[in-house]
Amino acid sequence: MSPTPSTAVDIAAAVRAGDVSAAEVVETHLAAIDAREAELHACNAVLADQARAAATRIDAARAAGETLGPLAGVPVALKDNMCTRGIPTTCSSKILEGWRPPYDATVVTKLQEAGAIVIAKTNLDEFAMGSSTENSAFGPTKNPHDITKVPGGSSGGSAVAVAAGFAPIALGSDTGGSIRQPAALCGVVGLKPTYGAVSRYGLVAFASSLDQIGPFAGTVADAAATYNVIAGHDRRDSTSYMEPLTPISEADLAGDVSGMRVGIISELLGEGIADDVKRRLTEAADALSAAGAKVEETSVPACIYGLSAYYLIAPAEASSNLARYDGVRYGLRVDADNITGMYTATRSAGFGPEVKRRIMLGTYALSAGYYDAYYGKALKVRSLIARDFATAYEKFDVLLSPTAPTTAFGFGAKTDNPLAMYLSDVCTIPSNLCGDPAISVPFGTGDDGLPVGVQVLAPALGEPALFRVAAALEGSAP
Amino acid sequence: MSLPDGWVMVIGLEVHCELKTATKLFCGCPNMFGDDPNTNVCPTCLGLPGSLPVLNHEAVELAMRIGAALNCDILESTFHRKNYFYPDMPKDYQVSQYDEPINLNGWLDLPDGFRVGVTRAHIEEDTGKSTHVGGDGRIHGATHSLVDYNRSGVPLVEIVSEPDMRNADQARAYVTELRAILVATGASDGRMEEGSMRVDANISVRRSENDEFGTRCEIKNVNSIRSLGRAIEYEAARQIALIEAGDRVIQETRHWNEDQGRTITGRVKEDADDYRYFLEPDLVPLDPSSEWIASVRAGLAVLPATRREAVAAATGADAAATAVATVVDLELDRLVIAAVDAGADGRIALARASNEVAAEADAGRALDASAFTALVKMESAGELTATQAKTVLGELLAGGGGDPKTIAAKHGFEAMDTGALDSIVDEIITANPNEWQRYKDGDGKVTGFFVGQVMKATGGQADGKAVTAALVARAKG
Repeated sequence: MSPTPSTAVDIAAAVRAGDVSAAEVVETHLAAIDAREAELHACNAVLADQARAAATRIDAARAAGETLGPLAGVPVALKDNMCTRGIPTTCSSKILEGWRPPYDATVVTKLQEAGAIVIAKTNLDEFAMGSSTENSAFGPTKNPHDITKVPGGSSGGSAVAVAAGFAPIALGSDTGGSIRQPAALCGVVGLKPTYGAVSRYGLVAFASSLDQIGPFAGTVADAAATYNVIAGHDRRDSTSYMEPLTPISEADLAGDVSGMRVGIISELLGEGIADDVKRRLTEAADALSAAGAKVEETSVPACIYGLSAYYLIAPAEASSNLARYDGVRYGLRVDADNITGMYTATRSAGFGPEVKRRIMLGTYALSAGYYDAYYGKALKVRSLIARDFATAYEKFDVLLSPTAPTTAFGFGAKTDNPLAMYLSDVCTIPSNLCGDPAISVPFGTGDDGLPVGVQVLAPALGEPALFRVAAALEGSAP
Repeated sequence: MSLPDGWVMVIGLEVHCELKTATKLFCGCPNMFGDDPNTNVCPTCLGLPGSLPVLNHEAVELAMRIGAALNCDILESTFHRKNYFYPDMPKDYQVSQYDEPINLNGWLDLPDGFRVGVTRAHIEEDTGKSTHVGGDGRIHGATHSLVDYNRSGVPLVEIVSEPDMRNADQARAYVTELRAILVATGASDGRMEEGSMRVDANISVRRSENDEFGTRCEIKNVNSIRSLGRAIEYEAARQIALIEAGDRVIQETRHWNEDQGRTITGRVKEDADDYRYFLEPDLVPLDPSSEWIASVRAGLAVLPATRREAVAAATGADAAATAVATVVDLELDRLVIAAVDAGADGRIALARASNEVAAEADAGRALDASAFTALVKMESAGELTATQAKTVLGELLAGGGGDPKTIAAKHGFEAMDTGALDSIVDEIITANPNEWQRYKDGDGKVTGFFVGQVMKATGGQADGKAVTAALVARAKG
């Protein structure tokens, strides 16, 4: 037996070939978790027993001569807002205390059918609302590159799980950048697929029209392998694409970008973007140019209104999606003399301050007399942004921008100023509003030595082009 | 009921009907009434975190049938969320159609020809059902509540009328006719007592038809068509009394209390409720193809109004006659039409179907049309008297069919010959000279006496009409 390989693709190949057992793979990763979890707090739950049992089943299946799936024996960490049958799913909120879903999310079923082994449920900003994982009711997750820094968020736990070697791949959810921004801050690959490419069934909703599940991985190829497993129509999700999706091929991953038209979004190079991040973006553009792509700067004017529109639409949907946590059926209940009192006491005790802030914002934005000025106008801005991106994609195959304005920041640096925190997502939010795919690829480090991510954006269902460019960047990263 | 001093009432009705689908609106749980609490539930209809709705194709089909039957435009539509907190609503929002409903701009004609506008008929999900324990059964004053989510997510269509009705009779006729249409199209079983059809009435009053609409109240908890009429009349009188006393009507929801025979204030709508409607992001727009709409329209069942016209044409009765409505409502019109088609007397067929058969409607719907036809033919040919025919029909209904001739023979029913009847009539006249004198003097009331005596003497075998004819002949004699 050889030592456990480090990538998902290699692990699956080795398990299928019998070079390594799934049990050994799991033990290697449990040891990695054991070594650093106390320091990093990436996990809400480590599922050691379940992972060992799953590994035993996979090894038995191989021994029996069964065909193993494309992710056979690959440990995967799941953001703790994806339902796992019989296993607590907390959304890092006190309000879901004690709740065990009676069903698995579609992505969990698909991963398991492909042979992947769920090894941990990871920490997040409560209900995925945040950009630093500081809003978790269970305490923050630390950046493995510098534990005085945040890992980004909201899928901070999943980004850290991959960056720290707890699992070669992880799933996160991305509503305004919650996969890509922590991927950038932790130096891993993070993909937000096209809205509707991956089923949301079993993902606890934050903002339903923006939420999308996607992979974290150490390599572009592992992200592609995970995407290929989780993407596709699900009859349980009415917003998932009916048409078969084009899987990412070996050819895409060869990263040949010659002749591709790449536009750098000028609106996302301005004020607020740190100089070291801008420099890395320029280097990335130069690398693509050198590889034969035609790169030029372009304007996507409505882009700059993305943040404002997002902070009306996302809270509006959240105010409705989170209404069900009322103490009647599951999770936390704080008793009171009457039903309204019980609702108030339960929700006051169960939700953290950021969740409350967004419920208030969203309730206000949808209220009679304010709807047209806020929510209604935000919807119009949303369609303007989509229009401007569509116009850009007439001239370009993909667009390029920084993923996050800065490298990882310190704990508490932005917690007192929600607006500063919200600006962390200024580059990532537009893709959610359009429903288009985008990927963050590590590209060197900033002046502080911490990872920088470059974001590649493509039109809906443009994942193959996205991966082509991502692979090229990975190959030329400093 | 007539209103004082030319007061006019204005009534608009909102009717919720549960669709008769196999499964719920957004999940695969059975749509069943009366099962043990919380047995027909799943993550979606319990609104568990992470669950998503998937629209039921059959519910859309049935909603379109309702639209087609109510002469509506069937359109591309969307779903919205109506947000408010209530324990029996598991997501604390209801998925409903808001500004783009599937059916718009229709009408319903009452049997007397009065046309009521139908504003819209839209799809929405039902809530669960709360039972408040302690207190008077309402949430206020209860010690605790039990919630059954079996009904949560059951598909509903809400049919909203224009404020076109002007009295309780029209409201009753509207609900009766609407119910018949829902049943005929197979969209709903229309059972008000089980709550599968629920009626809310919006009522206002004004001093003349030319005045602006008055302030309206919405009356809920009306559980039968009879209660609807009572509630409307009570509420109109209450509002008129208020205004005449110099008070004003407050816009509010009021509950009908059947035992006390009055409406009781519910929630006061000082401001319009703010349900923070927005487009349901978990569903896509509903855009039925023109082929699908055309096939629903083409495949629509024959509606009650058309069936009443057919019965009227076959029997010579008025289409608005009670007997005609009865046979159509009870789905006994096929018996009448079959009998007339086979050459039987329509008037007798309608009389038997709307009385004796209607009294045993379940058996009537199962009755063999050829047996019914044969029976009507025997009665119209004079082979059976009306009384005998009813006896034979009773046995046909009890046995699910049979040969009326065999049953008649078993009872010894046979046509009495005219000579035998004449001599019995003569005997009875002779035995009752005083009554006979009164009859000859034109006292019609004694006709029944003589018919009764003859029936008694013949063991019920005489034909009442033949007896009357014999009496008339002798009096002229």
